[in-house]
Amino acid sequence: MHAIEKILARASGQKSISTGQILNCRVDLAEVNDLYPQTIFSFQEMGGKKVHSPDKITFILDHYAPASSIQQAENQKLMREFCRDQGIDLLFDVDSGVCHQVMVDNGLVYPGMILIATDSHTTTHGAFGAFGTGVGATDLAVIMATGHLWLRVPEIIRINLSGILQTGVYAKDVILHIIGKLGADYALYKGVEFSGTTIRDWSISERMALCNMTTEMGAKAAYIQPDQVTLDFLSDKVTKEFDIVETDDDFQYAEELFFDVSPIPPQLAVPQSVDNVLPLTELIGTPVHQAYLGSCTGGRAEDIGVAARILNGKKVNPNTRLIVVPASKQVYLDSLHQGDVEKLVKAGATFVTPGCAACLGTHEGILAAGEVCIASTNRNFPGRMGHVQSSVYLGSPAAVAAAALTGKITDPSEILKLLGQEKS
Amino acid sequence: MKTIMEGKAFVFGNNLDTDQIYPGQYLELARTADIKEHAMEGADPGLVALFQPGDIIVGGTNFGCGSSREHAAIALKAIGAGAILAESFARIFYRNAVNLGVPVLVSPGISNLVKQDDILKINIETGEAQNLSSKKDLDVQSLSDYVLDILRRGGIKPLVKRQLREQQN
Repeated sequence: MHAIEKILARASGQKSISTGQILNCRVDLAEVNDLYPQTIFSFQEMGGKKVHSPDKITFILDHYAPASSIQQAENQKLMREFCRDQGIDLLFDVDSGVCHQVMVDNGLVYPGMILIATDSHTTTHGAFGAFGTGVGATDLAVIMATGHLWLRVPEIIRINLSGILQTGVYAKDVILHIIGKLGADYALYKGVEFSGTTIRDWSISERMALCNMTTEMGAKAAYIQPDQVTLDFLSDKVTKEFDIVETDDDFQYAEELFFDVSPIPPQLAVPQSVDNVLPLTELIGTPVHQAYLGSCTGGRAEDIGVAARILNGKKVNPNTRLIVVPASKQVYLDSLHQGDVEKLVKAGATFVTPGCAACLGTHEGILAAGEVCIASTNRNFPGRMGHVQSSVYLGSPAAVAAAALTGKITDPSEILKLLGQEKS
Repeated sequence: MKTIMEGKAFVFGNNLDTDQIYPGQYLELARTADIKEHAMEGADPGLVALFQPGDIIVGGTNFGCGSSREHAAIALKAIGAGAILAESFARIFYRNAVNLGVPVLVSPGISNLVKQDDILKINIETGEAQNLSSKKDLDVQSLSDYVLDILRRGGIKPLVKRQLREQQN
């Protein structure tokens, strides 16, 4: 059996399971964000009175943090009251950040768990060997009512990564390259495991970006086998005991793919789909009105750090603007301590509250008709960040910072190589 | 659950994402009556005025990809979509639609067999389906028993409601 299958089997009380089987799984943590008052309505429509396990439910107010309309304020108020009435202590209010980062920062994510959230990018938690998947409001209400959710055992594919990244190339470039090759529906309903020599050296931040974006190839869940990097990261966060499961040697993957990352240059997903991917060098010079650094994909301290390196002592080009959204309060504090916030603010960056912000076109950096944005986020669908006639290029945080510096799409590897030479 | 659906087809392409089915700027709306007004606004702003209850949405591959927003399924249910047929569905949208009692059916090759405004007839239970306008049969995959059971009960809410009541008694 695969590790994912073992996790699902354990959660459903089965010894052995098979692909395609539907299981009723016990959920270790269910997360609701502030887009989903329907979760509460559905719970009440089901006749729910008291939630099944209040200690296994968390509410995170991230998409509208803080509220910028009366309706948003009403939705958040409803959630705060619900948490209070139901004895749900894990309420993270508008000071906290994007749910995926908040759960990790607060030690709620650990290997082998089943984590279900009302957010499609819950695949992120495969970076820790957790089974994480996104659902809608009513599915989440079923968990609140019963503690369980039906899940189909997915086919599992393995993507092996070998080689060493070039300067200015990151996990984001690798996953964009892979999605560009395979397509936005390649992994529909499937589990996607990443393995190979490349990711052994990768930080948790990079692993999270990699797993996060599997949603954009249709995946149900992602998985990286926990290793020493994982354990070191979790050691001062997770207090709960967990055990790590491993895939059996004789497990047959539905498909096995191999990518050498060494020749991959910086990549961009071009409007208006995430699988429309080109080498960044083919787009150099495209004017950019807004550079956006943030989200559960590309808003961590390492991401803000590389932007600070590129923009340190320089100015954001007057033809563009740079919006920076730390993924969480902890990320914000880390970036402050490292001096990166000061460098970026002096360069002309606009910092907004940790949260989802303009990634999904709700607030804090919306685009006007005809505007072009380069973003370290995850989606470039029509109208995703604002007007339906605006457009979004997706790239690495370094590519975002490089464009902020020049006002147009620019190869970050050239800038980083020069900075590297200055240093030595 | 109504078993036989007959209605006019509204046709969309591949990878129709939930931002187009229900744009992000309206996510704060929570009442079905308000959500309904913006169904498909990002892909076809004129659809709500033309769509009649029982009409059928036809998509290409990966229909409903992107955000987990249940608003997308709520909006299509609220305008009265009799069924949604597509080459394939993104998984969260598929679950959301089933949970709300909206039949979602995989129909390989449908993109080439149905034009805008064709009249389609579908038996949800058996998967028999026909394009009445072109008089061609459509290949529709039958639903799993698990999904069909949820649809027959009008969605997962009535099902869980009964479970909870049984536990309490």
